[in-house]
Amino acid sequence: MNNAANIAVDIAIILVLIAGISRFRTPAGARFGNAMAALALLFAVAVALYRNPMLSSNATLAAFALAASSLAAWRVSAKINMTRIPSLVAFQNGAGGLAALLVAIVEMSGAGPAPGAVASAAAAVSVSLGAATFSGSMIASLKLSGKIRQTPTVVPGHNIALLFLSAACAAAAALLFAPGDPTSALVSLAFLSLAFGALFSIRIGGADMPVLISFLNAATGMAAAFCGIVIQNRLLIACGAVVASSGFILTMVMCRAMNRSLMNIIVGGKAPARPPASSPATASSPELTAAPPAPVAASQPEQPAADPLSLAADALRAAKKLIVIPGYGMAIAQAQSETVALAGMLEQAGTEVKYAVHPVAGRMPGHMHVLLAEADVDYDKLFEMDDINAEFAETDVALIVGACDVVNPAAKEKEGTPISGMPVLNAGDARSVIVCNFDDKPGYSGVPNPLYERPNAILLFGDAKATLASLIAKLK
Amino acid sequence: MSDLLVMLVVFTASSAIGYVMISKVPQRLHTPLMSMTNAISASTIIAALLLFSSKLDSPHKVLAAAAVALAAFNVIGGFTVTGRMLKMFKKQ
Repeated sequence: MNNAANIAVDIAIILVLIAGISRFRTPAGARFGNAMAALALLFAVAVALYRNPMLSSNATLAAFALAASSLAAWRVSAKINMTRIPSLVAFQNGAGGLAALLVAIVEMSGAGPAPGAVASAAAAVSVSLGAATFSGSMIASLKLSGKIRQTPTVVPGHNIALLFLSAACAAAAALLFAPGDPTSALVSLAFLSLAFGALFSIRIGGADMPVLISFLNAATGMAAAFCGIVIQNRLLIACGAVVASSGFILTMVMCRAMNRSLMNIIVGGKAPARPPASSPATASSPELTAAPPAPVAASQPEQPAADPLSLAADALRAAKKLIVIPGYGMAIAQAQSETVALAGMLEQAGTEVKYAVHPVAGRMPGHMHVLLAEADVDYDKLFEMDDINAEFAETDVALIVGACDVVNPAAKEKEGTPISGMPVLNAGDARSVIVCNFDDKPGYSGVPNPLYERPNAILLFGDAKATLASLIAKLK
Repeated sequence: MSDLLVMLVVFTASSAIGYVMISKVPQRLHTPLMSMTNAISASTIIAALLLFSSKLDSPHKVLAAAAVALAAFNVIGGFTVTGRMLKMFKKQ
C-alpha cells in the first residue's frame, strides 16, 4: 500500500479535492469546485476498489445498496425547497455519522485478524463520534424542520447525565482493548454515545443552531478521519481531516459573531431565558403597533389618520437609499420573494438597494444568502456586516424583515444582557426603520429591542409576507 | 509503525491545508461550503465499500450494506444540493 506509485496517486486525488475547495471564493468558481471535489471522491472510490476488489459474492448487494440510495438521495435533493436546506444538511450529516459507526463496528467485529491497539483506539473514536453525531444531527434536523420544539430542552440533571455518559463511554472504549470478541463493548459504546449525542443536541436550539450544525459537521469529519485510520486508508483520513477543519472554522466564526464561547453555547444552554411574560407581550402588541404613528403623524398634520403602512410607503417612496435586513423570520414567513419584489420595485424607481446580512442570521451559516439567491437577488448586492455597517448613517430606510437580535441596539448599549457585546447591524442609524416582524416580542435572546420605541421606527407587525404584499400594493 | 506515522502526517497536513483554504471562503458561500464538506465527510463510503472486499457473514453483510446506503445518501445528496444552491447565485 505504501509504494511510491500508490502514494503519488493518493496525493494527486487529495490535491484535486483541495483545489476544488480553494475555488470557493466566488459562486461561479464554487460550482466548478463542487464538481472537482465530487470527481476527487469518485476517483478515491475507484482507486480503493481497484486495489481491493470486491468479492463477487458480495458485489450484487453492495451495488444494489449504492444504486438505490443514490437514486433516493438524488431525488430528494433535486426537489427539496431551499428553506428546508438546514434540516436536510443536518439529516445528511447524521447519515454520514451512522455510516462511520457501522463501518467501524463491522470492521472490528468481522472475521478478519485481531485488530491492533491503534485500530482499536481509532475504532473507539469513530464509533462514539459516529453515534453521537448521528443522534445529535437527527435531533437538529427535527428541530430545524419544526417537527420538534426548536427551543432548548433541559432535563433534570442534564450536566450530570452528560458527565455520566462520557465516563461510561470511556469505560466501554477501554473494554475494546481486552482480548476476545469486542462486539459487545462496541455495541455498548455505540448506544451510550447515541444517548450522549441526543442529550448534547437537545439543549441547544433557536438562534444557536448555526453553532450546533457547524459543530456536528466537524464531528462527522473527525469520525470519517478515524474511520480512515481503522482501515488504514490515507484518502479517507485526508477527506475527514479537511471536513473537520471546515466545521471547526465555521463553528468559531459563528461563536465570534455572537460574542460567545463554544463552551457557553454548549453548556450554558440558552442564556437567561426569554421573559416568562411572553403572553402579556402578545396582548399588548396591538397597542404598540398602533402607538408609533403618533409622533410621526404630528409632523405631517395634513394626514392626521396616517397608519403605519402609509407612513412606511411614504418613507420608501422618498428613499434614495434602502438597506434590507433579512432574518430567520423572513424564512419562516416565506417572505423572500415579496422582500425582493419590493426592493426591485424601488430599484426601478431609482432607489439604491443593498442587503445587509448578519453572520448568524438564520439557522445555519450563510442561510440568508441562499434564500436571497433563490429569490434572484444579485449576489453583489449582499453585504456582510462589517462592510456595510458604516453606511446605515447615510441610509434613508432600513427595512427589517424578520430579524430582531441581530439589529438590537441593546447589544451595544446595555451591559449584562445575553447579547451584550455581540456585534449587530446598525439599523437604528438609518433615517427611518421599517420593521416587518411578526410581533414585538424579543428575539431568541429574550432581550427586548429598544429599536421599536425609537421615533424613527415604523412598526408593521404581522406576517411579513402579507405585510410586504400590502406595502407593494400601496406603492403601485 | 511507519503506517501510523504516514497516517499522522496525512491527518495533520490535510487539517492544516484545509484550515488555510477554508478560512478564505466568504460568508455568502458558507451554506454551500458546509453542504459540500458534508458530502466529503461521507467519504466513509470508501470504507463501507471496502468491507465487501472480505468475507462477511449475513448480519455483517446487512450492516455493511446499510453503511454503503447511508454514506451514498450523504455523498450524492450533498453534492447535488450544493450544485443546485450554487446555480442560484446569479449576477445580473
